[in-house]
Amino acid sequence: MTDDLTGNPPKPDTTGLNIVVCIKQVPDSAQIRVHPVTNTIMRQGVPTIINPYDLYALEEALRLRDQYGGAVTVLCMGPPMAEDALRRALGLGADRAVLITDRRFAGSDTLATSFALATALTTIAQDRPIDIVFTGKQTIDGDTAQVGPGIARRLGLNQLTYVSAIDSIDLGKRELVVRRRAEGGVQVLQSRLPCLITVMEGINDLRRGSIQDLLRAARADVTVWSAEQAGVTNPMMCGLRGSPTVVKKVFAPSPRSEPAEMVTTEAKRPAQVAEAVLDLLFARNPKLEADLAARKGA
Amino acid sequence: MSETPAAGRAGMRKELPEHFRDYRNVWVFIELERGQVHPVSWELMGEGRKLADRLGVQLAAVVLGPKDEGTRTAIRQTWAYGADICYICKDAVLTDYRNEPYTQALTGLVNAYKPEILLLGATTLGRDLAGSVATTLKTGLTADATELAIDDEMSLAATRPTFGGTLLCTIHTLNFRPQMATVRPRVMAMPHPDMTRPAGRSVWYTLGVAEADVITKVLEFVADATTNEVNLAYADIVVAGGMGLQNAANFRLVRDLAAVLGGEYGCSRPVVQKGWLPAERQIGQTGKTIRPRLYIAAGISGAIQHRVGVEGADLIIAINTDPQARIFDFAHLGVVADALQILPALTEAFARRLGRETRILEEA
Repeated sequence: MTDDLTGNPPKPDTTGLNIVVCIKQVPDSAQIRVHPVTNTIMRQGVPTIINPYDLYALEEALRLRDQYGGAVTVLCMGPPMAEDALRRALGLGADRAVLITDRRFAGSDTLATSFALATALTTIAQDRPIDIVFTGKQTIDGDTAQVGPGIARRLGLNQLTYVSAIDSIDLGKRELVVRRRAEGGVQVLQSRLPCLITVMEGINDLRRGSIQDLLRAARADVTVWSAEQAGVTNPMMCGLRGSPTVVKKVFAPSPRSEPAEMVTTEAKRPAQVAEAVLDLLFARNPKLEADLAARKGA
Repeated sequence: MSETPAAGRAGMRKELPEHFRDYRNVWVFIELERGQVHPVSWELMGEGRKLADRLGVQLAAVVLGPKDEGTRTAIRQTWAYGADICYICKDAVLTDYRNEPYTQALTGLVNAYKPEILLLGATTLGRDLAGSVATTLKTGLTADATELAIDDEMSLAATRPTFGGTLLCTIHTLNFRPQMATVRPRVMAMPHPDMTRPAGRSVWYTLGVAEADVITKVLEFVADATTNEVNLAYADIVVAGGMGLQNAANFRLVRDLAAVLGGEYGCSRPVVQKGWLPAERQIGQTGKTIRPRLYIAAGISGAIQHRVGVEGADLIIAINTDPQARIFDFAHLGVVADALQILPALTEAFARRLGRETRILEEA
């Protein structure tokens, strides 16, 4: 999207949809290790990734931009190194990236996080009103799924969570129809822009960035804002001080008081081990044997 | 939830501002959709009763819905599940769940009647609503709690997995009210309803939102085909496999054993991340929480995020090649062996034992 002749940023597309995708940089959970003695997270050397659920949000935003025109901005709150995540999002095709980073954001719970992101979104919207804010369903490190609804509430956006498909958008009427995953079925909802959408995984097929986008991402500037630049006027609303929840204790659960009975047999043949397991199981719970037998006979 | 251990803040004391001091009672939001109450609401009533008794306060249910038989039935059931008070808002705009009118009704009730604790199910509905309500009230919300308790200062202590399920943390909302938490289905035990319990006090609330004011409309509800539904959460026998199964094809062994036992099968989180089984089969904090009579875990290491999803099982049998695996910390029976060899042997042994049992029953 860069004007390749001048190297200047392209003129923003003021038609179509103005979309912002909120992403989070998270540790690759498959590689998180806990120190066996101190019960602290060993962060050193753990690679970071874009929260996997957010990739579907980004893809959906890019898909809508390609269909309806407009621009996609990615927004991230995190430490300075979270710029890597934003650069990756630019490589996938996002038009602009904004990082809000400030020591005063540290220790934010979901309420303080939605405050900081909503404030930055308000500042972004000064250039042009935002039509859709996208987030992933949840993050893989916090797993709360509460920041999206928090942002929607603060900005007064129509809230559409767990969206599994966007059926249509009518730019003239500013209406859209989406499918929302509910308990036991899918709600087909008609709502209006501006809205906040949290997307389900699998809503789309993730793209690989084009060579042009990857090259552009390497050169592009990531906008970096402090709390103040993001528009925060009351730092008491941020970080630990702005978080009503307090983590009193972090711990590993202790083993059950009664240790597991280990099945040990002289013979190591699987068939004999299996028989020993059944003997111990049904000795503990004779009713289970009768119930299982009755079920099989039924 | 804070992502950093709150050094210094962990020692913070409760200094509840004056205007929160008259917040009393424990509330449970009753999730009513298309005439049915989600079972998680009754599970929370069981837990809410314990918290209310510990605090010496009353337990209230909040029922929002249309003026129909489903809503009336739900209100009657709240008494059987231990409610002292039922806050009721009946309005046609509450027929289908939508964020706007439900948020207005629940926040309106909280502001009018001031609960100290508000619990919701961590379902798609509960998570959609809880975030909006907590943000409107500017209070603390602990998502997906796995344990609820009352501490010495009479505050709610909500424990949940943290850091991607590698550790547990206990979270308090010291100086704001209500203290909010969501809990996933099956994490708490289902209480036995007491149909003879007398009705308590009903409090009626008028919403004052016209349908024309609600922007989002429900055009259609497409129910899931029941044939595709995986009833893992409510299965009473579950067999699951982990990375010890080594590849997707070997999950045939897990399915075979589940089939012989007439149970469901599932897997640990890395198996879904590998793409060996779909996400609906995942057991653990971010998958299904299960409470079966028998759970057999084959080749699963037993990370905390898995543990919190299976601890409600009556009996856990763990099979793992590593004698140090964490799964043996919370299993009842343990086998140090290769799941690939033990699973088929167990399938055969159960088939033989249960088959013989069936014949004996037939002879008798």
